[in-house]
Amino acid sequence: MSHTFTTAESVTRLVNSHQVHRDVYTSEAVYRLEMQQLFCNAWVYVGHDSQTPAKGDYYTTQVGDQPVIQVRHSDGEIKVLYNRCPHKGTKIAIDREGNTGKFFRCPYHAWSFKTDGCLLAIPLKKGYVGTGLDKTENVKGIKAVGAVMNYRGFIFARLAETGISFEDYFGESLSSIDNMVDRSPEGRLEAIGPPLRYMHQCNWKMLVENQTDTCHPMVAHESSAGTAIKLWQELGSPEPKPPAMQIIAPFMSPYEFFEDMGIRTWPNGHGHTGVYHSIHSDYSAIAGYFEAMVASYGDERARQILDENRHNTVYFPNIMIKGPIQQLRNFIPLGPDKTLVESYIFRLVGAPDELLARTAMYNRMVNAPTSIVGHDDLEMYERAQEGLLSNGLDWVNIQRLHSDDEDYTQEAVENGTTERQMRNQFNAWLKFNTCSLPSGGVA
Amino acid sequence: MTAHSREEIIDFLYDEVRMLDEGRYNDWLALWLADGHYWMPLDYKQTDPLLVTSLLYEDIFMLKLRVERLNGARTFSQKPKSRCHHVLQRPFVDVIDNDRGFYQTNVSMHYIETRHDDQFLLALTATHELKSVDGRLKIANKRVDLLNSDAAFGNIQLLP
Ligand SMILES: [Fe+2]
Repeated sequence: MSHTFTTAESVTRLVNSHQVHRDVYTSEAVYRLEMQQLFCNAWVYVGHDSQTPAKGDYYTTQVGDQPVIQVRHSDGEIKVLYNRCPHKGTKIAIDREGNTGKFFRCPYHAWSFKTDGCLLAIPLKKGYVGTGLDKTENVKGIKAVGAVMNYRGFIFARLAETGISFEDYFGESLSSIDNMVDRSPEGRLEAIGPPLRYMHQCNWKMLVENQTDTCHPMVAHESSAGTAIKLWQELGSPEPKPPAMQIIAPFMSPYEFFEDMGIRTWPNGHGHTGVYHSIHSDYSAIAGYFEAMVASYGDERARQILDENRHNTVYFPNIMIKGPIQQLRNFIPLGPDKTLVESYIFRLVGAPDELLARTAMYNRMVNAPTSIVGHDDLEMYERAQEGLLSNGLDWVNIQRLHSDDEDYTQEAVENGTTERQMRNQFNAWLKFNTCSLPSGGVA
Repeated sequence: MTAHSREEIIDFLYDEVRMLDEGRYNDWLALWLADGHYWMPLDYKQTDPLLVTSLLYEDIFMLKLRVERLNGARTFSQKPKSRCHHVLQRPFVDVIDNDRGFYQTNVSMHYIETRHDDQFLLALTATHELKSVDGRLKIANKRVDLLNSDAAFGNIQLLP
């Protein structure tokens, strides 16, 4: 399928309630559609407030395939600007982070801009007198994205000028961000250090789907988690358990464990595993942490916050957070078969350092390009990406525990091995890919 | 204390990478002290292995697990197996302290890993802390700084 998608109908044909066409993972045209529609209409994660703490601090990233700058403006607010000089297109900021002072200055012709993007000055400006430059889009400055929201430190952007509001887009799913932030005795997170950057030769949606795929750990990760348990037993089951046993061994939990943990889905493609318990439930308590939480919140509220054991929360389209261990993974789509995964860790401000040490350990053990758990997963994604080139079969199945009356506009809690969250994501995928397209005949 | 010569220390470094290149992992594990750590920082000139993310900061249990996993019947990412190759620059022996039985070295190398039709090259500098135990050199700690540690990588499955 090499055409472009000009009508809603042409997109809708790719997704049924229980299966999706393989083109959604392999086609260049579908990738372009996603970048032009889905990633414009949806609210997409940009970065964390604490990455740009001081005025003039900036951080560069992508929203979909769009290079953007997150910057702290002189009024203290976070702005998100397209990383392109309005003059000739030169990227304004090329390093991953820095401080630009009171203004951005393009390194090519020295056009300068305030940190909200507004044009400040053009050298030799008299050369434009009477040329009509003042009537162009270019003279307005560095273009800002359509809308920005700073939700408890998490910066999201909607590229489109108009569309769904932040509150309507995320709804009740924000409770997972709330829980992660509330785990700080001061109600504040701080992004720590650079992220792990792991390149995947596969479609971004495979990674997002895997976050709530509870039927793969005991299979794909037997090589790492199963071997960890075997090795530990051979060593005479030493206590305290080595860190790898705490972090990696729970992947070998039986199917019943994952069935009973539950999956919750919310409208617009968001959802999480670990409604009742999760593989993060059994982490050993860290001295002084509970006491600090009680001092801030009182006993009852502190217990309520810490009893929540959500495992992976997917914020559609392309991030996942782990509240109990303060991580965020950003699945940045670079092409139909190329995804950059950036994995961030956060400090719970006011909590003992041991929590941050555990978070850093989890990140390197599970999310690094050198991680044995990461190797297990990437092997599966890349095999799928290659296998989907086969003409033998066009459809990918997402039917586990499917029922015909599923209503994705309603929150639901189901058996922890359901693929409902994958179906929920594709429902949102259709919605935000087609909401700006004309309906009607096939292109 | 046994005195170890500069030449003996340099030979040790060459022997170590030969074990890795030839996949003699049990011999390689036997080089380590029980409380040693293999550290591969994520950030350029990183000073802290614990409170920021690293690529690796592995104790002996993790290293054993890593090695054990490579030969597992269901280790799908090693079907087919990866192979690796180290090319060393002349090592610096920065500390020879025969009184304490402590030695520190710095060696730059090119590391090549291959699997299927893919092959990649990493440039790195390894810093070893060695100790003399019962007359033999052992690895107390090893730090591996990749020249491009902040780049996005695909799988790095063996040990640089
Ligand atoms: Fe996995």
